Amino acid sequence: MLLECPVTGEDFQAAGEAAARLKRTLRQLGIDAATARRAAIVAYEAEMNIVIHAFRGVLSVDISPERIEILADDEGPGIPDIALAMQEGYSTAPEYIREMGFGAGLGLPNMRRYSDEFHIESTVGRGTSVRMVINVPSKGSLA
Amino acid sequence: MRCVKVRDFLDSLDCTVEAGAAGLDNEVRGGYASDLLSDVMAHARDGDIWVTVQAHQNIIAVATLAGLAAVVVAGGVECEPETARRAEEEGIPLLRTRLAAFEVVGRLHAAGVRGSARG
Repeated sequence: MLLECPVTGEDFQAAGEAAARLKRTLRQLGIDAATARRAAIVAYEAEMNIVIHAFRGVLSVDISPERIEILADDEGPGIPDIALAMQEGYSTAPEYIREMGFGAGLGLPNMRRYSDEFHIESTVGRGTSVRMVINVPSKGSLA
Repeated sequence: MRCVKVRDFLDSLDCTVEAGAAGLDNEVRGGYASDLLSDVMAHARDGDIWVTVQAHQNIIAVATLAGLAAVVVAGGVECEPETARRAEEEGIPLLRTRLAAFEVVGRLHAAGVRGSARG
């Protein structure tokens, strides 16, 4: 099953809706709560990065019984130094966004922390693409 | 700890229920205090009651996605109308108190609510 949600830069009103929609869908599909929560967290961070840093983007999620693959593709300024951006606490978010409690430099680290596979590519002046995979535990291994 | 619900703390936190009364019977399994949203996403646990001075609408998205029991907006900070609307929609109790965050956490801890002891 494929879920596609457009995300608009600086739209703090709608921010979080794509992740919320994903979490609802996963629960409806019978995915366990802990896995749905992990997917929702990484999707939220990816969505917020687009809202905070990019012009626009798309969050696409491919859901199968074995894995959840989340692709966040944006048109934006791109990231010049990915290793630096991956460091906890490093952020380029403007002051007014930090005052809202965003831009703590934890978004990308959280995405890596909560996903089983994490890949990021970026081109300065074009945009950034993040691909994450979350494995769905088989029903038998949950007990 | 016996099963405690969000509504059990309304008196001790001296708070008003701004919205999301449908979730007042949510079980409180622990607590978390932070004003950084990604920090809450990373470290708050399912069923935590969250103490913050952030009051904009995005706190409800965080609470919903992280599976939190309730949000306590401390320090007398005014909640934006949109925050209340979302809390109502999601059934996340949005509590508001004039007590400072430190005092809220102290009272929750005295009542048996614990944070995680992560390093």
